[in-house]
Amino acid sequence: MDREQRSRLFFVGLLAVLPVVMLLSVGSGPITIPMADIIDILLHRLGLNSATPDIQQQLVVEAIRLPRTLIGVLVGSSLAACGAVMQGLFRNPLADPGIIGVSSGAALGAALGIVLGGTWLASFTELFQAYTVSVTAFIGGFLSTLLVYRIGTTGQGTSVATMLLAGIAVSALSGAGIGLMNYIADDTMLRSMTFWQMGNLANGNWSAIIVAASFLIPLQLIFITRARGLNALLLGESEARHLGLNVQKLKMQLIMLTAIGVGVSVSLAGMIGFVGLVVPHLVRLAIGPDHRWLIPCSSLLGAGILLLADIIARLVITPAELPIGIVTALLGAPFFITMLWQQRKRIL
Amino acid sequence: MSMIASASTDECLRVEGISIERGDRRLISDVDLSLKAGELLAVLGPNGAGKSTLIRAITGEYPLASGQVLLNGKPGEQWDTLHRARQLSVLPQSSSLSFAFSVREVVLMGRTPCDSSREYNEEVCNQALVLTDVLHLQNRSYTQLSGGERQRVHLARVLAQIWDQPKHGHRVLLLGEPTSALDPKHQHQTLTVARNFAKQGAGVLVIIHDLNLASQYADRIVMLKDGRKCVDGAPEQVLTADIMQQVFDIKTSVIKHPVHGYPMVIPI
Repeated sequence: MDREQRSRLFFVGLLAVLPVVMLLSVGSGPITIPMADIIDILLHRLGLNSATPDIQQQLVVEAIRLPRTLIGVLVGSSLAACGAVMQGLFRNPLADPGIIGVSSGAALGAALGIVLGGTWLASFTELFQAYTVSVTAFIGGFLSTLLVYRIGTTGQGTSVATMLLAGIAVSALSGAGIGLMNYIADDTMLRSMTFWQMGNLANGNWSAIIVAASFLIPLQLIFITRARGLNALLLGESEARHLGLNVQKLKMQLIMLTAIGVGVSVSLAGMIGFVGLVVPHLVRLAIGPDHRWLIPCSSLLGAGILLLADIIARLVITPAELPIGIVTALLGAPFFITMLWQQRKRIL
Repeated sequence: MSMIASASTDECLRVEGISIERGDRRLISDVDLSLKAGELLAVLGPNGAGKSTLIRAITGEYPLASGQVLLNGKPGEQWDTLHRARQLSVLPQSSSLSFAFSVREVVLMGRTPCDSSREYNEEVCNQALVLTDVLHLQNRSYTQLSGGERQRVHLARVLAQIWDQPKHGHRVLLLGEPTSALDPKHQHQTLTVARNFAKQGAGVLVIIHDLNLASQYADRIVMLKDGRKCVDGAPEQVLTADIMQQVFDIKTSVIKHPVHGYPMVIPI
């Protein structure tokens, strides 16, 4: 079986598994709802089933679990796809929105939006009330992406060591800014910021989901259309130019789009680390680095893995729950250490 | 269309008085060059003479301080990158690909600018893999290959890129030290491939350090020294003890190849 067939099979497999994980996610929690009941509730909502479902179950599904699951799908797929694209862009499999400081930049932007949004930004943000935090998160993410990219890239390509160091510096700087915001925030702001820094899929409502989806879904589709360009970019920037690509334009587009993806994801669910690093890496192990398959498969696997992490976060200490960022970090950090261990000779 | 047809020269690449400056250093001064379709041109010169810079100037990577580069009669900056990529392909001196693409996938990347069917691309890929003797490696991961094998894979890729004869003009192949990591058999094989590619109507410019390989395969040799072109002519005219002394600062004796008659440079 050649790689193309294996990739197709892998993609179809993921496509088939994701709905099951989504049903599992809708069903799991303090109140367990059987899959058959979930399907009944969804069919009833769509007007395809006349039998009236249990009111309590319906409420739990429609107001809590389903939005949460959809946020998990949107955020997980976007973070994984952005991770894959960023690794292609930096020509380095260790690039990840969290590690190179993009998420923390976005979190700083979000913190600024939360704390200052209500005060002196108010006149400006009145128009964009619903979008304020998303916009500031995006700006924060974009600026840090640009900064890390500029510091890490020379004519010879992108240096891992420099990039990771730049990421540390950007994270430290953002951390200081977030600390400052913590200091001047009131109790409500503080609480919402704490959730942000550890990640949480439970904070969204339907309108936030629709807004986020209108960014995140087209974004991932655009990524897929840039797959051949990303493949060529892995050969090197001048090689990609010789292959007829407008490299500068492609790079700017992709930086812009990953910043939007990370910014919107952070604004929806806070900082969730390691999904962007681990998921594309797993997909590459399974089907190789071809972006035409890597990006869509990363999206699907990212959505599935984030949902599983969220189910774990909900179940380990029911009826309370862990912040999801802690779960992904607990699972992802050892993985990252293993990768560093294997590659440390190449990095030095 | 009529313009190109009426200008039906065989010249596919023309470099007119170009100079390149990086910072306050002048890398290339006032170089002229002409490459005809069907011709294999070898560019020789000491390290730092400006050979790789010349390729970067032709591809537009470095801005020109003066002069111009014409590809099939049209100035370099007037080409859009996609159409240029269908006529001009470049083998870089070294390539850094750290992702585990298979050899076949790397060669297929050469077809990126071409809007041909997948079946046709696969067919081109097969033929290019055979030409450069890497067909047996096609499913191996690029990252596991030796330096010489990688060089041959990239050669297959750049050949696949300009496999098809364009409707107008001629194809140009620029090879930056394609033989530097190769064993003797594959050095000869690579240059034979380059020469056959030229015979099919392409212009081929190859940077090379081995004087005798250049002598055996090139139709014409250009020598650069300190960013200037100092010699341009057929191997018999260029490969002389005097010129070797002048350009490379080495003492040599030049003899005729006992079988084929081309000049051979032997250090003494």
